[in-house]
Amino acid sequence: MISNLDYATLQQLWWVICALIGALFLFLNFVQGGQTLLWQMAKTDTESALIVNSLGRKWELTFTTLVLFGGALFASFPKFYATSFGGAYWVWVLILFTFIIQAVSYEYRSKPSNVWGGKTYELFMFINGSVGVLLIGAAVGTFYTGSSFSLNDMNQVTWQYTIGGVNLRGLEAAFSLFNLSLGLFLVFNARVLGALYLLNNIDFSTVSELEVRLRKAVWTNFLCALPFLLFVVVSILLRKGFGVDADGVVSMVSFKYFFNLIALPHLLLMLLGGIGLVIWGVLAGAFKNSDKGIWFAGFGTVLVGLTVLCLPAFNGTAFYPSTFDLQSSLTIYNASSSQYTLSIMTYVALAIPFVVGYIAYLWKLMDAKKLTVEEALDEEAY
Amino acid sequence: MIDVDPSLVNWSRAMFAFTAMYHWIFVPLTLGLSFLCAFFETIYLKTGDEQWKTITRFWMTLFGINFAIGVATGIILEFEFGTNWSNYSWMVGDIFGAPLAIEGLFAFFMEASFFAVMFFGWDKVSKRFHCFSTWMVAIGSNLSAVWILVANGWMQNPVGMAFNPEQARFEMESFAEVVFNPVAISKMTHTSSSGFVMASAFVLTISCWYLIKRRHVEMAKRSIVVASVFGLVASMFVGFTGDEAAYEVAQKQPMKLAAMEGLYIGERGAGLVGMGIINDAKAPGDVQDAFLYEVKIPGMLSLLANREFGSFVPGIDDLVWGNEKENIMGVNTMMEKGRHALSDLAAFKEAKRAGQEDAAAAALERFNVNQKYMGYGYLDTPEEAVPPVAIVFNSFHIMAILGSLFPVIFGAFLFFTVKGNITEKRWLLPVGLFTALLALLAQQAGWVTAEVGRQPWAIQGLMPVKIATTNLSTTSVQITFAMFAVVFAMLLFAEISIMLKQISIGPEGH
Repeated sequence: MISNLDYATLQQLWWVICALIGALFLFLNFVQGGQTLLWQMAKTDTESALIVNSLGRKWELTFTTLVLFGGALFASFPKFYATSFGGAYWVWVLILFTFIIQAVSYEYRSKPSNVWGGKTYELFMFINGSVGVLLIGAAVGTFYTGSSFSLNDMNQVTWQYTIGGVNLRGLEAAFSLFNLSLGLFLVFNARVLGALYLLNNIDFSTVSELEVRLRKAVWTNFLCALPFLLFVVVSILLRKGFGVDADGVVSMVSFKYFFNLIALPHLLLMLLGGIGLVIWGVLAGAFKNSDKGIWFAGFGTVLVGLTVLCLPAFNGTAFYPSTFDLQSSLTIYNASSSQYTLSIMTYVALAIPFVVGYIAYLWKLMDAKKLTVEEALDEEAY
Repeated sequence: MIDVDPSLVNWSRAMFAFTAMYHWIFVPLTLGLSFLCAFFETIYLKTGDEQWKTITRFWMTLFGINFAIGVATGIILEFEFGTNWSNYSWMVGDIFGAPLAIEGLFAFFMEASFFAVMFFGWDKVSKRFHCFSTWMVAIGSNLSAVWILVANGWMQNPVGMAFNPEQARFEMESFAEVVFNPVAISKMTHTSSSGFVMASAFVLTISCWYLIKRRHVEMAKRSIVVASVFGLVASMFVGFTGDEAAYEVAQKQPMKLAAMEGLYIGERGAGLVGMGIINDAKAPGDVQDAFLYEVKIPGMLSLLANREFGSFVPGIDDLVWGNEKENIMGVNTMMEKGRHALSDLAAFKEAKRAGQEDAAAAALERFNVNQKYMGYGYLDTPEEAVPPVAIVFNSFHIMAILGSLFPVIFGAFLFFTVKGNITEKRWLLPVGLFTALLALLAQQAGWVTAEVGRQPWAIQGLMPVKIATTNLSTTSVQITFAMFAVVFAMLLFAEISIMLKQISIGPEGH
């Protein structure tokens, strides 16, 4: 069956798969959000231990999803991988650094003789959860705002943006109001998800004040996220987009993303449904004493993420546009791997449900009982 | 074509080498220690003896400390392909990306998911399921090595693909050929088993320290038995796969083999240099001796390289300037063909842009004649195809000599431990104390041989590193290098300190 799929279908399928992995990563950013809540929420060492150990059982899933997201993009859209990573160098290097320092922090934070002290590792977690997520948002924002690059005959990238003769290599993305707003929305949304996850995962029987603080944090962080979300959504609907005609010529099109939503109503439904689910999750977590908010808000985040990543890629749109040379812009049709490679990878992707299945099984198995203070203070705990 | 600053290429190479070698301090330990933990836990499951559980948890703690930093440094390499080697990423993404994606999907998730059960599931799941999880972490860790080594093997011996001139990239034509590439298989088996040796040596070293200090003697002796059996089998397998890997190098990368042996003038019945001091001042084509001192085993290099005593093994000079008698085309000739290929490719692109289909077809036909030499067209001189001989020779011989010691060391420890008098062999215990350091040295030397030995190629014969790099400012790479250096130093310092503390606490703390 897969061998019968035409090239364009495979390209679209792989963009959807990559977008889905990216959207799942945004959901799993509850780990990053939880990390930024640590100092604010935990008033005692016991509460700190609970938060860190609760997040510590999941950090690797988020990390691995990021690695898979990178790997999937490399494999299916290598021109994007080469152009964006090589071009917007500093954005990706800084994101990378925040994840390097996160990866050791859980394991080393409470170990004796960890040299730099537990607070340093907690600071690493905070940087990962704030700067890392902000920059990821800025990088995703360039799908809408574009980047200043050109490609030559051999598809080698030259980054063109300079200030005072200095080439910022992608850092300029973080200074765009739209990109920054998207980044800040993701930071606050991750904090909402982090608080909801902790409410779901921790046994609060001996730390009831922590639960109160977390429920409050769900609401306040949602309120902080809201203006940025509104700004991003309105900007997307009103801004000019990078349209591609039947001959592959790229031009600026007014209200391009608005028309994309109209032309692709399932994306509109996903966006509205996703926002609705996030709000449902927030209300359940903040006001209804529920511990199930993470599932609604998490699923909602996946739907919103999927929409944000698919909207600039379909209906004749360049997903990685160049503002310097419109014709260097990348579409899912000119940036993808060959038909043969995409077919092979599609066979491999048939295993995804199996992988998701055993992850869900282990998650359920390990979280069947909520995390207790005793477990969090165990000698081998984080 | 973009003009690339040579200092940028060197800094990019230095950064990749630095991050890869740093990553490789931790990975072999993860590969082997995961299996050792699985062995220990399986024995516990079978015997019900609580001391095996204590042993398992002790080594698992050290595994966890090491694992974290291995994960942290692993993501760097994936990112660096894009950030610092973007031209490479584009040219080979169609082939190279798939193994990376499969690695992420199958191996990393298996590791990540079962890791939580392995460390926090002792009281949450059954003993049997916990042991199963430990095995899954071990299998997942080693599966990840499989896929990245498939990708590396393809760079050493690019097969199963074709160049697409329209897209200006290489495209996969046969996934099976990429996966079952003989270089990939020999590399995978050799590298993974060397990781088992590394971990066994690590367990041996710490156990010997306990025996010297007369602490945790029973735990140390039990650990030594398991590690010695694993290490002995693995180190013998490393020898076997090493021979196979060298044979593949001889067939697919003869320049690398010549550098590994410091062989400048090819000969029939070539001897294998057992040990020697290479003349660093020697250059291809000059009349200086290659060695200041050498011990050779006659005919052995021909046997190992071609499975035939009297066969011809080409030297560096033969490969650079050709050897008509032995039917070897020199780099100088290949450069000429490569330049034709590049100019025909440019003409093809130009004609396409101008809409001149006939001219494009003619240029493409000419390009196809010399296409396989395309990479050589980027070289400035024939000597550029020669890797740094002294580094490759020395690293190869360090690896090979150390590699031959490990079966003896593991065999001795196994013998005396089983005999029950290991604690009386005070002369042997200090040897065990240094075994991990020697294994680490062999590991690093092995990678230096493999990667420096294939210079100047990012993809053997097709793409030199100077074409593969991202068009960045050298300063950007220098700053990144400095950032890595600081972070790596901080993390290594912390890792060693934590590890030493845990070893000092010993198994009772678990």
